[in-house]
Amino acid sequence: MKAAGFTSLGLAVGISGFTRDASLKKIAPAVLKLEINPFIIIDTTGNITLVNPRPDMGQGSTQAVPSLLAEELEVSLEKVLIVQSDGKGKYGSQTSGGSSSVRELWMPIRKAGAAAREMLTITAAKRWNLPVSECVAEDGKIWHKASGKSLPYGELADDASKLEIPKEPKLKDPKDFKIIGKYNKRLDVPERVTGKAVYGLDVDVPGMVYAAIVHSPMIHGKVASIDDSDTKKVKGVLQVIKTERTMPHRTSEAVAVVATNWWAALKGKRALKVNWDNGDSAKTVDTASYFAATYEAAKKEGVNFEEKGDFGVKYANAKDKLESHYETPFLAHAPIEPENAVVHVKDDGNVEIWAPIQGPDWALRDVCGYLKVKPEQVKINVTLLGGAFGRKAYHDFLLEACHISKELKKPVKVIWTREDDITQGPYRPGMLSHMQGFVEDGKITGFHHHAIGESIVGQVFKGLKDDEADPWLSEEISTGNNKYQFGTASKVSWTNVKTDIPVVWWRSVYASNFGWGQECFVDELAHLAKKDPLKARLEILPDERFKKVLETLAEKANWNEKLPEGSGKGIAVFKSFGSISACCITVSKKDNGVKIDKVVSVIDCGYYVNPDNVKAQTEGNIVMGITAAIKDGITFTNGICDQTNYHQFNVMRMNEAPPMEIHIVDSGAVPGGVGEPGLPPIAPALGNAIFAATGKRLRKLPFDINNIA
Amino acid sequence: MAVYNLSLNGKKVKVDVEPDMPLLWVIRDFADLKGTKFGCGMALCGACTIHLNGQPARACQTPVSSVGKNDKITTIEGIGEGKLSIIQKAWIEEQVPQCGYCQSGQIMSAAALLKSNPSPTDADIDAAMSGNLCRCGTYDRIRKAIHRASDEMKVAEKGIGQR
Repeated sequence: MKAAGFTSLGLAVGISGFTRDASLKKIAPAVLKLEINPFIIIDTTGNITLVNPRPDMGQGSTQAVPSLLAEELEVSLEKVLIVQSDGKGKYGSQTSGGSSSVRELWMPIRKAGAAAREMLTITAAKRWNLPVSECVAEDGKIWHKASGKSLPYGELADDASKLEIPKEPKLKDPKDFKIIGKYNKRLDVPERVTGKAVYGLDVDVPGMVYAAIVHSPMIHGKVASIDDSDTKKVKGVLQVIKTERTMPHRTSEAVAVVATNWWAALKGKRALKVNWDNGDSAKTVDTASYFAATYEAAKKEGVNFEEKGDFGVKYANAKDKLESHYETPFLAHAPIEPENAVVHVKDDGNVEIWAPIQGPDWALRDVCGYLKVKPEQVKINVTLLGGAFGRKAYHDFLLEACHISKELKKPVKVIWTREDDITQGPYRPGMLSHMQGFVEDGKITGFHHHAIGESIVGQVFKGLKDDEADPWLSEEISTGNNKYQFGTASKVSWTNVKTDIPVVWWRSVYASNFGWGQECFVDELAHLAKKDPLKARLEILPDERFKKVLETLAEKANWNEKLPEGSGKGIAVFKSFGSISACCITVSKKDNGVKIDKVVSVIDCGYYVNPDNVKAQTEGNIVMGITAAIKDGITFTNGICDQTNYHQFNVMRMNEAPPMEIHIVDSGAVPGGVGEPGLPPIAPALGNAIFAATGKRLRKLPFDINNIA
Repeated sequence: MAVYNLSLNGKKVKVDVEPDMPLLWVIRDFADLKGTKFGCGMALCGACTIHLNGQPARACQTPVSSVGKNDKITTIEGIGEGKLSIIQKAWIEEQVPQCGYCQSGQIMSAAALLKSNPSPTDADIDAAMSGNLCRCGTYDRIRKAIHRASDEMKVAEKGIGQR
């Protein structure tokens, strides 16, 4: 048990918590008395502070994480003050990614809450000289029910802090949950509808200057020459300096236009003339040649990830077999808040950061490595994130601000334009799924998924050997994950086709790519077997949870209803990040294309905190999944990105959003993810529906839904 | 540089800026109202939607020099006149926002819609709201919230009981 100073918590410069209205969420200045693990602080005034180790980018961690605490500690949700963790090692892993918030914190935060409850109960029992068994925690107090007396936590915190922290405190029985699993409004919604929520873009620091960055148009260029004569004429422009963009796999040169305000910096950027030495980027930053290489790779054997039975021999001898190629494009994350960061590298070498980043722990590591400083010299203030989808766990924009601030010795706010965001990446990698399979006696018994493309593990972590299959396939298309049992033979293989186009995780990572191939091809084989696609799946899915999800979907989506000519339903199921999600989409022919009539999604994510948030995230996954299927991909031609802003990289709009319905299967399993698992089945359910309605099998994303040739 | 007198959320604001500076940056960085957001800089996403004399406008495409001193500018901070508007309450009831970044613009567009059309159909909502992107995908809830606000406004106007 330890007491620690409280001053290092919370955001500085007039920002209290995540809102500009300090009265909404005051951070207690009181001396804390009880610190149960680094996350939870109860002070003598009864304030409970939770250091949230998962930044909120819209996925709801600022409700989910405190709910785990409030439940076990027997306080209402609004009693818990939240401050964002700062990346320091004592808070452990702190990155919002891999749909991990509830999955990873489910036990540690509940245990911490239960431990605090036990310590407070023991303290009250001692003070009253009563047996502990007669004292209960409720509503922020310890009660002796028989006599009706109570003591608030604040009055007990000091003495409780002298006790040993119980290692295995008794957790609440889920049947007694009052918060977890129940509908609760998110307490941060009011600040998000009044303009008071503070995102990275909203941070102002005294003495701050603004920087707009001129990036290399072919991503990896070097600056050959700069003509800043017109830029310097722009009122407000202070300086033009060479800077650099540091990506995990390469560093490229860039130029920063520094100004007293952002508009001046942007005008200066537009007026700047830079000649670039692009090396061989016109060849290596190119999507057509990349995809050509993936189709070439599909002609050869890949590296085996897993194999059951001798697939090659069985496939060669199979009578009823199919072979298909399924392609998914590169995609930008395009969160509406573009990349931005405020960094102050001070004269004494200390660094302060305010930024919308998914992981302050990773950011701290990257900043320390980049600026050659120690963690204790860096203070990171994580703001709210205006969307991220994986993009803001890649710190090129943050390191740019570090570089410029170090040069200028001033706080610098770097803002990327939408054009920077879309033309510079990193992107979800484009991928090819080479599929082979066969059916015997009307059953799908042979299946091979050859996953081909650039590896995130390889490019970002430099962690993949040439003779090794990407290990992340295990969470995606391995039979250990998808639970399909192919009776005769199955195989998952991999070929790494490299590219200089920067890649990174994008909502649901590879599942967003490979779900398309897997689930459309299962559909193809079901038709080859002359089976209903749902029945064909159930035959090879003995797993009870998968079955229940599919059966629930069939019922809710009225799978067996007779549709008019020109309409069709398609289904798909995919497990990712510990949760199983299935989707049924109904489409009908309209002019030369189809119209999406309805989307029904079912998710089994085990225990969950807030059913409404599970639904919200799944709704978001439907929109993003359909966008990925029918809107624009990212293409590079001779080194240049062909898309620059939302008019060329279109995302779904209100008029295109179909009616949708979400159902949750209460399996009571260990918590799975919620932010991502709803996405992978969307595109294949749509592709399968289009086949059902039109007889046209689509294998390449994106496609034009208004023109299904 | 030039001095501009603006009427912002009912208050007089004086700024000394370049004539071509979009209202977006004047509002955010010179009037220090950060609720109006930057998303695309080309009027493609709607995150910067404000009201100019009651009409929705994209602040990123509105040079400060085009705004007269009698033109009324309203931002998300001014929409409820000190308290939550019926629309903002509907947004809370339907739990619309995820990240929330686009929602200032969504609410400003919705407010303008409901002012001109108190009973919008789904098609009216599509027409009025399709200029506002939401990458989190909250469209279904935005639609529900607009219908809810429409109902609530009628209740408030007629003084009849709860729906």
